[in-house]
Amino acid sequence: MLATSRTFEANVRAGLADDNLQRALGLARTGFPLRRRLAIERLPEFEALRETGRSIKDHTLEHLDFYLEFYEGKVVASGGKVHWARTPQEACAAVLQICRSVGAKIVTKGKSMIAEEVGLNEFLEENGITAVETDLGEYIIQLRHEPPSHIIAPAIHLVKEQVAETFRAEHRSLDPTRSLVEPRQLCDEARAVLRPRFLAADVGITGANFLVAETGSSIIVTNEGNGDLTQTLPRVHIVMASLEKVVPTLEDAATLLRLLARSATGQEFSSYTTISTGPRRMGDLDGPEQYHVVLLDNGRSTLIGTEFQDMLRCIRCSACINHCPVYAAIGGHAYGWVYPGPMGAVLTPSLIGIDEAGHLPNASTFCGQCESVCPVKIPLPKMLRHWREREYAQKLSPPVYRGGLSLWAWVTRRPALYHILVEIASRALGWAGRGRGRFRTLPLATGWTAVRDMPSPEGRSFHSLWAERRKSGADK
Amino acid sequence: MSEARERILADIRSSLKRSRLDPEAEAELRARVTAHQRNLLPARATALNHADQVDLFVAMAEEVQATVTRVSSLAEVPEAVACYLAAENLPAELVMAPDPGLDIIPWGTRPLLRIRRGRAEADDRVSVTSCCAAIAETGTLMLVSAAQSPTTLNFLPDTHIVVVRGDQVVASYEDGWDRLRADGSTEALPRAINFITGPSRTADIEQQIELGAHGPRRLHIVLVEDGQATGNAENDE
Repeated sequence: MLATSRTFEANVRAGLADDNLQRALGLARTGFPLRRRLAIERLPEFEALRETGRSIKDHTLEHLDFYLEFYEGKVVASGGKVHWARTPQEACAAVLQICRSVGAKIVTKGKSMIAEEVGLNEFLEENGITAVETDLGEYIIQLRHEPPSHIIAPAIHLVKEQVAETFRAEHRSLDPTRSLVEPRQLCDEARAVLRPRFLAADVGITGANFLVAETGSSIIVTNEGNGDLTQTLPRVHIVMASLEKVVPTLEDAATLLRLLARSATGQEFSSYTTISTGPRRMGDLDGPEQYHVVLLDNGRSTLIGTEFQDMLRCIRCSACINHCPVYAAIGGHAYGWVYPGPMGAVLTPSLIGIDEAGHLPNASTFCGQCESVCPVKIPLPKMLRHWREREYAQKLSPPVYRGGLSLWAWVTRRPALYHILVEIASRALGWAGRGRGRFRTLPLATGWTAVRDMPSPEGRSFHSLWAERRKSGADK
Repeated sequence: MSEARERILADIRSSLKRSRLDPEAEAELRARVTAHQRNLLPARATALNHADQVDLFVAMAEEVQATVTRVSSLAEVPEAVACYLAAENLPAELVMAPDPGLDIIPWGTRPLLRIRRGRAEADDRVSVTSCCAAIAETGTLMLVSAAQSPTTLNFLPDTHIVVVRGDQVVASYEDGWDRLRADGSTEALPRAINFITGPSRTADIEQQIELGAHGPRRLHIVLVEDGQATGNAENDE
């Protein structure tokens, strides 16, 4: 997928001005966090499970070479095949080669962020193969030729009227006077349109939430059942997964599954959690005849051992996205690539480069919500800071910004000077803003005051108040 | 072996600042993988006695819009199924898993039920299956694929009816793994293990939950309280 992260500022302006987007985001803003909180309140062990989840992932990453080889051995033993891919190009080529080997014309797809990451749909279309997204949200955005705006709710940026408009434009064989007002009607229509596609597909492609080394299995977690129809009905099942998805055992997977659904949608467990191991067995009446796993690296192996290694613990639940005030204001498309929100702001520069995605680590207020809700305790704000440091060190930020930061750093390293300057500034601003209590505009801060007022200081700095308090012994 | 494979493994080892693990370290990890060591389990279900686990299973399943009929013996299953179909205004026509555990149910007592045994096809509307285990913790059914339990039955028809014996109710997913391992399939897992928690659903349009996105619109559980009355040889734990 072509990244537009470079134009982040313009993307944000477009997002803020989009009334439909703002309406849609308003619905998401409250729903996800509330449901997550209710689910977690019901599970007293949740905090302890987070710690266990983190240590399972850390252990696996420390021995990733072993677990991947062990996993591959088990896939082969159960009759499947693993295709290793260093790059998106290699991953796409592997999928195409499998599709061609069975003469595939139609491919159904369950939701896969790895397929988004490698741009699989476009690649297959270019090579004469029709790829049909079957997750309702993915199907809607495929019809609209849009990228997903959220990792588990890809069409979260749309309101139902837009979906209805899209269905009317695309489902032309249906009665044009039909009612398409309620989500129920839209769901039923998508179900009816997609059912024959499931049955006609030659190859089914799904993602994987986890790979299990112990058994050579892939696990998908879904609610709609589209992933299961996708992988059960066609002759060939292809799993697209990145290599950090592997966990050692079924027991480890169970622990992470307890964290995943609760963190994602606030469900106790998703409707369907499916563990797939190899192709159909002797005597089976259904299931695919071939089982392939395309295992993508795309730069992840080089993140190990760096300050970004913790990001590889991510189980793609989207809790950080759902709790991010920046995401809630601008939506997912503004981030310009596959992964939005805090996890995207950390991951995107890692995968496509800080020169392409340098704006994203700045799209944070450092409120820390993301880290506090992360089921595997990824220190997202810390990693955003690392990216900002790199951006600064590589001279990628604008000169004025860098100059300002350098000046600030120079002053703060001289506490005496800093205190004097702060005292002067707060007194001066306090005096200038007396009465009104705020500034409509301020020299050197017009970027800030262009869209909001600046509250005027009280006239004293925190440091001087603190010193006074210490002196009078009031804090004893 | 492919070049990509070797390069990726080499990159991982270089990032970890070591070469391939020595045989001793690998043996330790192998032991971890095969030990089936459980992590922390929530007390919600494990702390209960079996009767309470069954009640919890029912409560959790109903919470996610599955419907449950409790009957006392297998002999009552045909009537429970027929009544459910009539109440939901569904045809008395079933596709049923070719499962010996379902064959011992006296279906002949409801001769109006038309039953076909096999996998599901596109126009089947109601399916009946058994299950491998039922997980009390979250009201989850655990079904495994096999010649006698085709996976299509779980997803293609609009209505999925599952016959659960009381002794199949266990506390946790981990108990489910153990049941599977006890079945002797140490070679490889079944092709598909389906954990099913309520009917199919989506909230992809404006966060509004709708049932029956692509899989079954209805999930009905017939819970047979007295698992031992089946004449089935399996022992309760």
